[in-house]
Formats: sequence, C-alpha cells, structure tokens
Amino acid sequence: MDKIQVKNLNLWYGNFQALKNVSATFAEKKITAIIGPSGCGKSTFLRVLNRMNDLIEGVKTSGQVFIDGENILSQDVDLIALRKKVGMVFQRPNPFPLSVYENIAFGIKIHGLKYTKDTLDAIVENSLREVLLWDDLKDKLHRSALSLSLEQKQRLCIARLLAVKSDVVLMDEPCSALDPQATQRIEELMRELKKHYTIIIVTHNMQQAARVSDDTGFMLLGEMIEFADTHSIFTAPKDRRTEEYITGRYG
Amino acid sequence: MTKKITLRKLKEFIIEKLILLCGLASIFFVMLIFIFLLKEGLALFKTVKVSNFLLGKSWYPISEPPELGILPLILGSLLVTFGAAIISVPIGVACAVYIAEIAPGKVKEVLKAGIELLAAIPSVVLGFIGMVTLVPWVKKVFNLPTGLTALSGSIMLAFMAMPTIVSIAEDALYSVPRSYKEGAFALGATHWQTIWRLLLPAASSGILAAVMLGIGRVIGETMAVMMITGNSAVIPQTFLAPVRTLTATIAAEMGETVVGSEHYFALFAIGIVLFIISFVINVTADLFLHRKPK
Ligand SMILES: Nc1ncnc2c1ncn2[C@@H]1O[C@H](COP(=O)(O)OP(=O)(O)O)[C@@H](O)[C@H]1O
Ligand SMILES: [Mg+2]
Repeated sequence: MDKIQVKNLNLWYGNFQALKNVSATFAEKKITAIIGPSGCGKSTFLRVLNRMNDLIEGVKTSGQVFIDGENILSQDVDLIALRKKVGMVFQRPNPFPLSVYENIAFGIKIHGLKYTKDTLDAIVENSLREVLLWDDLKDKLHRSALSLSLEQKQRLCIARLLAVKSDVVLMDEPCSALDPQATQRIEELMRELKKHYTIIIVTHNMQQAARVSDDTGFMLLGEMIEFADTHSIFTAPKDRRTEEYITGRYG
Repeated sequence: MTKKITLRKLKEFIIEKLILLCGLASIFFVMLIFIFLLKEGLALFKTVKVSNFLLGKSWYPISEPPELGILPLILGSLLVTFGAAIISVPIGVACAVYIAEIAPGKVKEVLKAGIELLAAIPSVVLGFIGMVTLVPWVKKVFNLPTGLTALSGSIMLAFMAMPTIVSIAEDALYSVPRSYKEGAFALGATHWQTIWRLLLPAASSGILAAVMLGIGRVIGETMAVMMITGNSAVIPQTFLAPVRTLTATIAAEMGETVVGSEHYFALFAIGIVLFIISFVINVTADLFLHRKPK
C-alpha cells in the first residue's frame, strides 16, 4: 500500500529553488530513508509532508503530495488534522518544558480529545511503553522532561506523537545528537514502530540508512536522483551520482 | 622590549585600580546615603512608637502636637499601585505577546518604538497631560466633585509601568527556545494554544520579573501622582476618592518642614518605608529573573 505519493514537487525559498521536481512514493508501514549531502534539501522535503514550511515566510510550492489520497498541498487542507496524523521528530530533541507526563498529555489536550484521568494515565503509560521508557520513568512522571538524558528526551518526543495516534512519523536526523549506543537503540525502536507506523527518516549517515530502511531516496541539490529499495540503492545504484555518494566521494 | 612590557603592565595596573576606585566610590556613596537615611529616619522613633507611626490613622504633621500616622499614606500608595497593576499587567503582557508572537515585522518595529517613546516621556509631562485630560474625564464619567482620585493616579501610573512590563516580558517571550514552538506546531497545536500552554509558562519567571519591576517603578513614582491624586491624607474607601501616597507626601512637605523637627524625621522614616518596599520588590524580581528551571 502506498501511504504517501509525491508528484513533481517544487519548492522555493524566495527566489532560491530548494526542491526540483521531486517525485517519490512511500509505502505504508515501512521505513524510508532520505540520504544526501548537507544542504541538498532533505529537511525541506520532510517539512513539506507536514506543511511545517508554512511557518517560513516566502516559501512557495508547486506539485502534489497525496497522503491517504488527499492532496495536502491544497489550500483547504486542515493543517491541524494533518499534523496530528503526520508527526515530526527533530534533530535536537525538543521536549516541552513540562513534566514527562504533561509532555505526552499535551497532544491529547490540544486536540480536545476526550479523556478522563484514567484514560489519560493509560495513554501516557502505553506511549511510554511503546518507546521503552516506561520502566525507567514510571516513578519520574512528574519530573521535568528537561532533566532527562538526550536519548530519553528523543524517545519522549517520539512517544508524544504516538499518544495522538500519528500514523506517519517524520524523523529529521533523529540520532545526530546521540552517541552510537543510543543510536543503535533508537534504530531498534524504529524497527519495532514500523509494525504500526509509516516512518520517513532523513539521515546523512549512510550506514544508518542501510541498517534500518526498506526504501531509500538519494537527493542532490534539490533533486531526487534515485529512489528504490534500500538493497538495490546500496548494491546496484543506477545513477553514477548515487554511486559516487555511497562510495564516499561526496562530503 | 622589556621596558615596553613594564609600561603596558603599569598602564593596566593604573586602569584596573581606577576602575576599582570608581566601584568602591559608588558603593561608598550608596552606603553614605543609606546611613544618612537611617540616621534621620530612625531618630523619629525616639519619640514616636513604630506601631503608632506605621498603623496610626491620621497624618497631621503640623498640628500641635503633631499626629504622625502613615497608614493612610501606605494605603494610598498601595491602592494606587494595585489599581495601576490591575490595568497595566494584563494589557502589558498581552501587548508583549502581540509584539513577540503575532505582529508582522513592520507593526512590531512601530510598536516597539512607540513603547520606547512612552518610556521616554518625563513623568511630570505625563502628569500634566493626565491633569488636563484624564482628571476632567474621570470627574465627568463618574459624576464626582473632583477628578483628582486614586483611579486617575492608577490609570496614569499604568502608562508608566507599561513600557517596563512590555519590554521585559517581550524579552522573556523572545528568549523561549524556538524549538518548543516548532514541536508544538508539529503536533498540530494552534498558535494560541502554543502561546497559552507553552510560551507563557516557559517565560513566566521573566514575565513575573517584568511585573515586579513595573510595580517597583509605580511605587516610587512621585511627580505624576502628586499632580493628579488629590493628596488628601485620609484612609481611602474607594478608587474614586482622593488619596495621598508616601512619595507625594515627602515631595510635598519637605520644603515646609523644620530641620530636626519630628515632622522632618517622619519624612525620612517614610523614606525608609519606601526603601524597604522597593528593595523587597527588586529582590523578588531578581529572584524570578534568575530562577533556575527545575
Ligand atoms: N528558511 C530558509 N530560507 C532560505 N533558504 C533555506 C531555508 N532553509 C533551508 N534553506 C536552503 O535550502 C537548501 C536545503 O536546505 P535543507 O533542506 O535544510 O538541507 P538538508 O536538510 O539536506 O541539509 C539549502 O541550500 C539551504 O540553504
Ligand atoms: Mg537538515
């Protein structure tokens, strides 16, 4: 099943074209990695998928992006519902300056979802369990989230999305602030989450892409050069530029 | 070569000592003022009991014998300040939120310039403007015998507290990390939810400090309140009655008192009371500003 289809997407920051005619298809409940050198437009592309670029002044887009069949670039799309469905994990873990509990309850509250104390407790527990934080934090739910370790913060940021039942999780270099062990554990978590969620991860770490993803897209200077299943991208790239990148000839 | 170095070292040494001297001098003068204030003010309590001074209900300093109770003045100051806070805090904080979060670039610049301009108006000028516009307006709207009331003073002082509150609260909001906002938006929060649930709480200590400093400014303000609050030293019953503040009392009476008289000492004792109030407010503001996140 295709969850997301991107067709001929262009994006300009003012006069600078950051995405050029990008097309790609993302399969449901799979992990897709976007790789490419720094500045090639990976983050920009990811932020199109939940319309976070709308916050930046002077951004224009053209083309189509269908998520569950709906063109999310159209004017009348409900951004709040979109962002509830398509959650985002940032490069620097950014838990809110609230307690662990309130971080997870935040989404439930802002979306006006019905809850009682018991159901909310249950949602918090389930979300923390899904990201394997429950055992560590069950006695520290009312501590400030800012006191957690970087890895715990990043897991909490993922849990925050699960609480509102996102079905797509966008991750923009989620491990770049973490050490190798933490990175490895987050990757395990991603494989676990794949059972229920469609995950798109931006990374400049090719080993990471090779380890966790099912499909991979390679971007260069705003273009999607090659998009295929991860195995063929890494063993038999069709484009010369892809080959040069994965053999380490670009920065 | 070595001569050059020793010369430079000497220069450094002299500059360093000069700066130290300036610092010590300023501390010295502050101490001097403080000691003078204490000496003159505390002299009152050789003849008047502290409780009679603070809680006495009448202030007739030139009757015989003088009655030196400053309760009406304390209440006058508190009432005017409280009124000013009620007006300026919500408007000031809302204005700060608007400038920090909502206003588009141009509007923001204009508003900030306007706020700075407001801060630059000398208080006597504001008082004068208040006297000719606000006072008659209050008189007419509430149908009073006089417009020189606590309310007029509060409104006037609110204008004076506003620039402090707005600019410091805006700074506090502005320094909330952008990543919180991004995280909230990415979860589907509306702008208002983000402001209300994240930005304001995250900036709360800075905003409280802004409020305290604004109030500190109001409590110490003299000229404008003296011009428009009516200056009657009775315990105020409503916002629509004339009041007299601590500051206005000192300003109005210092010229007519005999040095060394009880009245003279009482004015300094009022100075001590004002000093304590300002000190407490500033320390509180400082605590809020430097409060470590838990
Ligand atoms: N807010 C912005 N305004 C203008 N140009 C931007 C902005 N954000 C990114 N860019 C430019 O767009 C290009 C792609 O950036 P980005 O998507 O962040 O790349 P990546 O995530 O692959 O490193 C870069 O050349 C960058 O300078
Ligand atoms: Mg990036």
